[in-house]
Amino acid sequence: MPQPAITDLQQLKNHPAVAKLMAWNSSAVEGAKFDRDEMSIYLDRSFIREACALLRDDSDCPFNFLADVTCVDWFPSEPRFEVVYHLLSIPKRERVRLKVRLGSASPKLDSVTSVWPGANYFEREIYDLFGVRFAGHPYLRRLLMPEDWEGYPLRKDYPVEGYR
Amino acid sequence: MAHLSPTAALEPGQDRTMILNMGPHHPSTHGVLRLILEIDGENVVRMMPDIGYLHTGIEKTCEAKFYQQVVTLTDRIDYLCPLTNNLCYVLAVEKLLGLDIPPKAQWMRVMLNELTRINSHLVWLGTHALDIGAMSVFLYCFREREDILRLFEMVSGQRMMTSYFRVGGLALEPPLGFFERVRDFAQRFPAKVDEYENLLTENPIWTMRTKGVAHITAEDAIALGASGPTLRGSGVDFDLRRDMPYSGYENFKFKVPVSQDGDVFARYMCRVQEMRESIAMVQQALEGMPAGPIKADAPKVVLPDREKMKTQMEAMIYHFKIITEGFTVPAGEVYQAVESPRGEMGYYVVSDGTAKPYRVHMRAACLANLQALPAMCEGRLLADVVAAIGSIDIVLGEIDR
Repeated sequence: MPQPAITDLQQLKNHPAVAKLMAWNSSAVEGAKFDRDEMSIYLDRSFIREACALLRDDSDCPFNFLADVTCVDWFPSEPRFEVVYHLLSIPKRERVRLKVRLGSASPKLDSVTSVWPGANYFEREIYDLFGVRFAGHPYLRRLLMPEDWEGYPLRKDYPVEGYR
Repeated sequence: MAHLSPTAALEPGQDRTMILNMGPHHPSTHGVLRLILEIDGENVVRMMPDIGYLHTGIEKTCEAKFYQQVVTLTDRIDYLCPLTNNLCYVLAVEKLLGLDIPPKAQWMRVMLNELTRINSHLVWLGTHALDIGAMSVFLYCFREREDILRLFEMVSGQRMMTSYFRVGGLALEPPLGFFERVRDFAQRFPAKVDEYENLLTENPIWTMRTKGVAHITAEDAIALGASGPTLRGSGVDFDLRRDMPYSGYENFKFKVPVSQDGDVFARYMCRVQEMRESIAMVQQALEGMPAGPIKADAPKVVLPDREKMKTQMEAMIYHFKIITEGFTVPAGEVYQAVESPRGEMGYYVVSDGTAKPYRVHMRAACLANLQALPAMCEGRLLADVVAAIGSIDIVLGEIDR
């Protein structure tokens, strides 16, 4: 069985990403979790772009590679959406996961395309399949589904077989 | 880095430029990739890939299947490296479960993964050379690929959709004579790579079509999320197998080919060298193959042997429960990345404690590599677009999922 997760922020502050973010703005960090050798940091939605830029440009442990951005729908609980960023530090061989929780009323947050242009397709995919909007995205259009598709297929209230 | 992000849809051109539609059924777009090109004479001014023609909703389907059923879906994402996808998914679920995998299963996984890498690179090399105009390389490559597919068929019963790796180990014990066949292939193969290189590496037409073409810098490649040979061709020395090892890769000795040039030829050299390293790793795996079981000792997760299932009551019950109800996975989330032939293949699996995954997300290496394509092609000749597409080795099944 896996070890129980550590969620106490005080115990986790030695991790480079947690330390950096706490020193920068402790109110941006809503919490952290160390589970199965993976570090997750929960961030306030308004700080995600600055936090990403900060971690990318860190001199000790630069998380310079955005591996993945995706989303999880926790319908019907609130806050409903969790946007998940997986960052990788190529020089230090370290990973960190950033998470932003969004309510269903206005699932919207800042785009990180200005930090990593590679976030473009990932964010478009999330917009396409979950309906989460990214402010400041240069070209927020559907990526995989047809332009005139109705609904967001990866939401949990969307049936697997689709609407018929 | 503003030049790396498209800002508007491509509209019919003003004054000098025109819009050219390439694909989605163009023979050199490797599947159903559509490229919208704004061209000024022979020069590409802007490029916008249009994808989604192969979208099958695999991520959504995964949420409705048991954990063990998802393995068969992972084959179908990237039809050139099904075993790599199998491996990445089962590693993620095993990490969620906290399972220990016996060494023999790990070594088999490494060996088959390296064969898959060779298989994928052979298809890449054949089609890439075909696009540029070297017809015969294709036939040479598919000759060896057939041998590898026969090996897959021997071990799993399927040539392409193998589903051979299961949560907790392997599906079956490798059949008698399998290792001899692999050894035979591993001995023959390095000479075949020499043959491909004889046809291409110093061929003046090949070098003129590939050297200095579709250049991308290391900074741009990292910013765009490119990985695998596309990144290493630009001089970034990073390989997940060596730098963040998984599934027993730390037991193997191999070099990571890196090239500084960042052009089509650099990516070609990286992949060709990778084939040589991979076959050396297959040989290492054959020599050091440990004995022992191929499945983890976890009766609630791993299906029992047929023999036991038919003779022991308890095994029969576990078998029935796993097939009808699946197995539950403790709540949590895992991101597992492996080095696929195309780059960082990642599976993000979220469990809510039931027998079906709450969310499965595949980080497709090709999707990120495709974003690097406009950066490689814009401002260069239209004819080089074909060489650039081949050099990033895209598989549209993986991009669209």
